[in-house]
Amino acid sequence: MAGVRALGALSRITARRYVLSGISCRTFSVALAMSARTHVNYEVKEDVAVIRMNDPNSKVNTLSVRMQNEMIEVFNEVLANDAVHSAVLISSKPGCFIAGADINMIQACNTSEEVTKLSQEGQKMFERIEKSPKPIVAAINGSCLGGGLEFAIACQYRVATKSKKTVLGTPEVMLGLLPGAGGTQRLPKMVGIPGAFDMMLTGRNIKADKAKKMGLVHQLVDPLGPGLKSPEERTIEYLEEVAIQCARGIVHKKILLTKKKGMMQKVQDYVMGIAFVRQQIYKNVNGKVMKMSKGLYPAPLKIIESVKAGLEQGPDSGYLAEAQNFGKLAMTSESNALIGLYHGQVACKKNRFGVPERPVKNLAILGAGLMGAGIAQVTVDKGIHTVLKDTTVEGLSRGQQQVYKGLNDKIKKKAITSFERDSTLSSLTGQLDYSGFEKADMVIEAVFEDINIKHRVIKEVEAVIPPHCIFATNTSALPIKDIAAASMRPEKVIGMHYFSPVDKMQLLEIITTDKTSKDTTASAVAVGLKQGKVIIVVGDGPGFYTTRCLAPMLAEAVRVLQEGVNPKKLDALTTGFGFPVGAATLADEVGIDVAAHVAEDLGKAFGSRFGGGNVDVLKTMVERGFKGRKSGKGCYVYTPGLKSKDVNPDIDDLLEKFKLTPNPSVSSDSDVQYRLVSRFVNEAVMCLQEGILNGPVEGDIGAVFGLGFPPCLGGPFRFVDTFGADKLVEKMRRYEEVYGNHFTPCQLLLDHAKDSNKRFHK
Amino acid sequence: YRPHGLRQSFTYRPHGLRQSFTYRPHGLRQSFTYRPHGLRQIQTKSKKTLAKPGVKNIVLVEGVRTPFLLSGTTYADLMPHDLARAALQGLLHKTSLPKDAVDYIIYGTVIQEVKTSNVAREASLGAGFSDKIPSHTVTMACISSNVAMTTGVGLITAGQCDTIVAGGVEFMSDVPIRHSRKMRKTMLALNRAKTLGQRLSLIGSIRMAHLTPELPAVAEFSTAETMGHSADRLAAAFGVTRLEQDEFALRSHTLAKQAQDAGLLSDVISFKVPGRDTVAKDNGIRPSSMEQLAKLKPAFIKPHGTVTAANSSFLTDGASAVLIMSEEKALAMGYKPKAYLRDFVFVSQDPKDQLLLGPAYGTPKVLARAGLTMDDIDVFEFHEAFAGQIMANLKALDSDWFAQTYMGRKVKVGAPAMEKFNLWGGSLSLGHPFGATGCRLVTTVAHRLLKEGGQYGLVAACAAGGQGHAMVIEAYPQ
Repeated sequence: MAGVRALGALSRITARRYVLSGISCRTFSVALAMSARTHVNYEVKEDVAVIRMNDPNSKVNTLSVRMQNEMIEVFNEVLANDAVHSAVLISSKPGCFIAGADINMIQACNTSEEVTKLSQEGQKMFERIEKSPKPIVAAINGSCLGGGLEFAIACQYRVATKSKKTVLGTPEVMLGLLPGAGGTQRLPKMVGIPGAFDMMLTGRNIKADKAKKMGLVHQLVDPLGPGLKSPEERTIEYLEEVAIQCARGIVHKKILLTKKKGMMQKVQDYVMGIAFVRQQIYKNVNGKVMKMSKGLYPAPLKIIESVKAGLEQGPDSGYLAEAQNFGKLAMTSESNALIGLYHGQVACKKNRFGVPERPVKNLAILGAGLMGAGIAQVTVDKGIHTVLKDTTVEGLSRGQQQVYKGLNDKIKKKAITSFERDSTLSSLTGQLDYSGFEKADMVIEAVFEDINIKHRVIKEVEAVIPPHCIFATNTSALPIKDIAAASMRPEKVIGMHYFSPVDKMQLLEIITTDKTSKDTTASAVAVGLKQGKVIIVVGDGPGFYTTRCLAPMLAEAVRVLQEGVNPKKLDALTTGFGFPVGAATLADEVGIDVAAHVAEDLGKAFGSRFGGGNVDVLKTMVERGFKGRKSGKGCYVYTPGLKSKDVNPDIDDLLEKFKLTPNPSVSSDSDVQYRLVSRFVNEAVMCLQEGILNGPVEGDIGAVFGLGFPPCLGGPFRFVDTFGADKLVEKMRRYEEVYGNHFTPCQLLLDHAKDSNKRFHK
Repeated sequence: YRPHGLRQSFTYRPHGLRQSFTYRPHGLRQSFTYRPHGLRQIQTKSKKTLAKPGVKNIVLVEGVRTPFLLSGTTYADLMPHDLARAALQGLLHKTSLPKDAVDYIIYGTVIQEVKTSNVAREASLGAGFSDKIPSHTVTMACISSNVAMTTGVGLITAGQCDTIVAGGVEFMSDVPIRHSRKMRKTMLALNRAKTLGQRLSLIGSIRMAHLTPELPAVAEFSTAETMGHSADRLAAAFGVTRLEQDEFALRSHTLAKQAQDAGLLSDVISFKVPGRDTVAKDNGIRPSSMEQLAKLKPAFIKPHGTVTAANSSFLTDGASAVLIMSEEKALAMGYKPKAYLRDFVFVSQDPKDQLLLGPAYGTPKVLARAGLTMDDIDVFEFHEAFAGQIMANLKALDSDWFAQTYMGRKVKVGAPAMEKFNLWGGSLSLGHPFGATGCRLVTTVAHRLLKEGGQYGLVAACAAGGQGHAMVIEAYPQ
């Protein structure tokens, strides 16, 4: 699919660069826990205790059982030590304060009561911190997320480095959970009700200077450059020095913890003091959440509930509501699905093919269209010299402008400076010929999807590139072995299927043929990871994995349209099921012509099973110029500058011509939804059965990150596990009776239906 | 030219031995008093002279400067070329140089007055030099006048010129403040507008936001960080304390005052400012006490920073000028040169985290070029942008780890001995007119070598953009 745009909403929910490490400390025996401390230590510097956290078994600190126990021990000792008047809490790890709670700790629980108890223990510990008679200064460098943030905001004072790695946030919502250690209670008081909702409901990462503005941290410290020690080491030392000064300042009343409120603050507090205003806010936020989540995600609603309980009924009810809701959420299938996606995403950010023999330093991209330029955009700022080649000056300058604009937009978001943009762009060369290709380590072609053109290109390129150079083809449906047929060295040919827009879509589907060498694959994955992609590596075949799953669903969507469901209704049904983008809109985004092309190609390859809607519907649309968003008309009419879109009026009589009579027994709203989804899921399972997929994890990640399969369901395989293969087969059989082999369940699905112990995910 | 390896072999001395020569009790080094020259006689020089066969000797004949004044004081109503003119006339007066005996005039400046962007030309014409002498202006932040001098050295070495006047000027009492880009665009369009209607519609398009002026950036263009901020981070990176910085600042002011009172700053000319009094002294020298210095709040990083207004150099107006010649020409014209200008280097590094480390990088490099060691140097004149920056550079020079990690050297070159270091004050106390400081440093080294009887001197300076400069100067045999 050349263009699955508008799936940005998905990345909101599932894809953030936070770390909630799953490394558990359950393996430690009780006896070990009694012995010397390994995770938390402290040193008394005159009157200040410096408490240092460092999990020796992981790159990040997590609030594991062991970390918590040692912390309580240390805290007790610090309180008991009369020489100590204040304390500084700091991590010895360069890029991480505390990355969050230990997910496995939660997943190890079997009932919501157990999880509630965990939450209450956390609440108790942080309450002691909050009420500590000796002020505690949290010195934050690196990620301070989830439970880490809740710990920090329980402290009396916070100092943070301005490092790019320093981020604060409450990402629990993205795992279908809520901040369960006092976060829902303390945050509204600290940053105000709207700010707290924004943080907790989006789970967004907040950078240090924003955190200072919001009132989340009190003081900022600049990261240091080279000195007499490594910059990272010295920066942490410096942070500690400043935090110690602050701790003494608080003890000596030079720093006041109760700040004088400004006029704005007073007005805001007054307004928020009015019960009616608060009620309006809850209503408003609730409405927004319902609109965005369609009620499919319970966590945001529980967050609102917990905040409300604390503000309206007092802290006791608030903390209780938080702990109980946390327990409930931990047992939901949604949370299970989202946590599964999180683990899957972590797995798909690793290179299971090992380290490539030589790193790719020079990358050439053929074709400066949307895809080609998009690939350049995500490559050029990763320290890889990038050549962008096109055949015309117009095409090339359009592509160069796209790369420039992508970087320029980052300046507006203050992610980079204009200087960084300029120096990044110095690694991009735009050209019309093959000069310099003798230095290329990898060539990615993103030319027109036509096997003859691809063959011509591969021959031209192989004449100029060095022997070690990899040839990657960015195709969405053409089998790689067919393209490789024209190559002199098929072991160096691989498929790299990017999704449009490349800079927004996280997925990269890498396709290997049986001739592709392991080193070629390792190299392609390494490049993809550098580009920041989540990667699935799949076998070769028509449509690979993603396109192949999408095609039957789109065929079904066309049939649904032919049966008289209008595009708006079709969209509502699909988004109502949890897809971030409706099926009709998706077709428009992908391009009706592309959809027609794919439908025809895959129809030929897979036969009648891929039937459903009449391909001629799409073809006629293309003939009439309704190619989707790019042509301004498709299922909808797109007016530049307008966000809302109306159904294309001409489509009605077009559909009238191809009208089918719906069968009432399989045409209820719910049936239509399951007709669409079951074909998608069945095809995914068949890909696993045929060995196209390496495993269900990659299948789930590919479907969610590449095609927008509902994240709350966790992907097609998790969906089968949760929903029940038997129930799905039952539905499909019913549809099969009406529509035939389009709905015949595959063997693997049948096996799972027969044996309820069989599951894709353990 | 001599192969590098050969040059190394001349300078090799066992490490331990070198240490023993330079060891002096710490307390002594801290004291501000001069050491008797006798002591220095014990040291053996690596080289008797830096003269190289087949390379022209280039000499500093004379160097002068206007008094350096806090900006906004007596010079407030002048223009940059007025100051430069005063320095040039001072040089003419002091050397009795015929006004047509110069081959080329080069000036350095940083913040340019747009009306006199080639300030070298305007100043030389105004100073009465022959209009047949070409002149150009160079810029390289705080080492602009160093570039002016080395450009002159290059012209002489290349055989193009024999007599060069180089100098620098900075005038911070007035800086170009521009209209906003939007306003400029409108005004330029207005110029081209043909009809009244077009003009009116352009005038109508002006909004309040257009009227916000654009000040010259005090920040580094590439990083948007102000220099003081970077200096504070640099000091923190090297663990330089507030106390160390204040002590160094106090030292600078104390030494400057001593030098001023003793009449050692003989490069300063007196200047009758039109409409105002005659100035003959730098006015930024203010020795105070550690208690007073400790009272100041940090100026850049608040509230925990260590760089304050008192331990930073201040905005200064001033100009300098030097007369550089080939040795034979100088002798032929009957001059008694003050010093030889020898090897020099320009260095540059990361403008973000190593903005002000020029001296740390330049010093080892220029010493290696000249085949000298730290001990061979009798006089150090380092540009003091911030006390914290100087201390950081000294610590960097004295760190094996820094030398190995960032400079690709096996061992450190060591820090300069404080009893040889900036003994007549520095930029912190005398002032720092960006474009003019380089010539002051070189002239001061020459004068100190004459006064103190040393043989080699070293100038080093940092500059915005993460650049730096170092030059070795050899005393002219008296």
